[in-house]
Amino acid sequence: MSDATPTPTATPERPQLPAQSPPVDPAETAVASDKAASAGKLSWWRGDGGDGAKRNLGLIGVLAALIVVGAVTKPDLYGDPNWVWNNVLAILQLASVVGVVTVGMTFVIIGGGIDLSVGAIVALAGVWCTTVATQSYGAGGMIFTALVVGICVGLVNGVLISYGRLVPFIATLAMLVAARGLAASISNKQTQVSSSTFINDIAARKVIGIPILVYILGAVVLAGWVVLNRTTFGRRTIAVGGNPEAARLAGINVRRHTMLLYALSGLCCGIAAIMLTSQATSAQAAMANLYELDAIAAAIIGGTLLSGGRGTIVGSLLGVIIFATITNLFAINGLSIEAQNMVKGGIIVAAVLIQQFKFKSVTRLLARNRVTTAT
Amino acid sequence: MTQHSRDLSRRRLLFGGAAVGAATLLTACTSNETPAASTQTKAAGNSEGNNAPGKKVVIGFSAPAADHGWMGAIHANAKAQAAAYSDVEFKEVDGGSNSEAQRSTLGTLIAQKPDIIVVLPHDGKEVNAVALQAMQAGIPIVNLDRAFPDALASRLVIKGDNYGMGVSAGHFIGKMLKDKGVANPVIGEIAGLEIPLTVERSEGFKAALATYGFKVTNRRSAEFTSDSGQREASQLLQALPKIDAVWNHDDDQGIGVLAAIKQANRSEFFMVGGAGSKLAIDAIKADNTVLKATVTYNPSMASSAVSLARLIAQGRGMGDLTELQVPKEVTLASETITKENASSYDKLGF
Repeated sequence: MSDATPTPTATPERPQLPAQSPPVDPAETAVASDKAASAGKLSWWRGDGGDGAKRNLGLIGVLAALIVVGAVTKPDLYGDPNWVWNNVLAILQLASVVGVVTVGMTFVIIGGGIDLSVGAIVALAGVWCTTVATQSYGAGGMIFTALVVGICVGLVNGVLISYGRLVPFIATLAMLVAARGLAASISNKQTQVSSSTFINDIAARKVIGIPILVYILGAVVLAGWVVLNRTTFGRRTIAVGGNPEAARLAGINVRRHTMLLYALSGLCCGIAAIMLTSQATSAQAAMANLYELDAIAAAIIGGTLLSGGRGTIVGSLLGVIIFATITNLFAINGLSIEAQNMVKGGIIVAAVLIQQFKFKSVTRLLARNRVTTAT
Repeated sequence: MTQHSRDLSRRRLLFGGAAVGAATLLTACTSNETPAASTQTKAAGNSEGNNAPGKKVVIGFSAPAADHGWMGAIHANAKAQAAAYSDVEFKEVDGGSNSEAQRSTLGTLIAQKPDIIVVLPHDGKEVNAVALQAMQAGIPIVNLDRAFPDALASRLVIKGDNYGMGVSAGHFIGKMLKDKGVANPVIGEIAGLEIPLTVERSEGFKAALATYGFKVTNRRSAEFTSDSGQREASQLLQALPKIDAVWNHDDDQGIGVLAAIKQANRSEFFMVGGAGSKLAIDAIKADNTVLKATVTYNPSMASSAVSLARLIAQGRGMGDLTELQVPKEVTLASETITKENASSYDKLGF
């Protein structure tokens, strides 16, 4: 791949600030919000607001390669178009729950944080919505409970991090342990079977040949994309993650915004909990094991910068689908889970290495750019 | 809207949300009744006077924190069996979530000098040293399920038969397929978390199938949870468009496996479960799913461990055996529960 050099823009643009923000000293922002500014300047090259088209093309290439591997290793299965269509749906269904969690995670990471508690929140929300008490209110009560529990736990994370000034890593790590503990005590340490046919049918039903879970994933991804790329909330998220101090000077309530990001992640976990409960027709404290790793890995592969300020929803979605495709490929060839995990690990490392090199070269280009335009 | 009123309405919203959340929390806590503890014990007075009250003994108990139906049943069974004896004082310490936590709580238990301790270790190897220390201090150890590598570390080992589970499942599947006259069967296996006991189960399964000339076509490992069971089963079904039989290692994870089978609309095969949960026994009895049998790995072993610990502490033997002392090792048999015998296993379902 050749590195496309961005054409120098005539004047360096300031970061797009929210309309209602008070005037700030331009000099300060220029120095401070380096990353946020570059995101705006290079947006044509990067596509949707952050990273974008080029990287996503690379990911689609990886996906295509995986499909070719599948077709070569199992020609008899891939020869049947009916089976292939079903397998595409199976992969999307496999990606759906983690995908929803990853959308929330992408927001948190772009905003400069990390949420290690997502798996535990999914388990807690799932277990809570399948307790005898909430099940007696029917499917509506269960869905409501899962969403409320997700948002509340996310808010607790957010408050601890923004106002309690805990490092996100520590706060969400603590929540990881605590939420699973609470889930275990609520569930009486038993697998809670869902008796709601409505909930159980969500995963079993299809509309126009496509499983409902895939529609839910699509809706969440679309909503995530709109919020990140077309709203003030999204622009603020990128600004806060890129440089919190600059964002604060630009009039963004950084603390409140950070808190909301964790609540958003919690909401996604609540949605995922309903989906997972529906798939497994039950919930238990140990479910959604290691979802935090899957979600973080997918976001990073999708081009989200772990230090914040950059990332795309489409990239994250592609990351999740690539992981699901690998799992599917290994299952279809009857290969062991150990080998699968090794390959996954390798892919994560490779993606981060590529990202680092790329990002370095981009910042170098930017630095050169600034010098030429300044003189 | 003025800034003030906007603040106010936001505050209202937050308060409202908090109130709703609190209400949900309260209802969930108050009305989620603990289902009547169903435990497996042996009724008093039917085995040669072993149940007659004897010397008063204190039995210590340590097992990993229950994160799963089977482990929950282990805790409940031990407690209930101890309560069935008037001469037993039961002292349970928190086994924590890892070997280190278990070692430290076991240390405090040893310091209290109970007459005997029943231990289900996180990992036999990692808790071995503490058990050895207790034995040296004169407190006998009953090693439940996960064996210590050192024979000196326990007075009695009572455990389930993981290899035997695989063998039972393999024989059931092998025989069914032979009877049906299937020549080259497609056999799927959904294993649990890849730990030594799972590997033993799979080896037993492989060995038993080999006696019929069969082998496993595709093996996926889940994590003993229903969501991972669903995930792996859906992938297995995708990989094998036509299946003859499936062995799923664990009935808890089997809830998800059955859900995946239903979601994929498949029913051309039969399935064997593992452990013997109440749900699985009910499903086998009802005979309306692909689940036709399950092989036992029963948490009733915790009840038996407490009973035997009591006898050891009191210096008594087992009523039906000729020996004057309790044997050194007991391995439960892995039984096969089918539609025919399901009702007699009702009392052991957990």
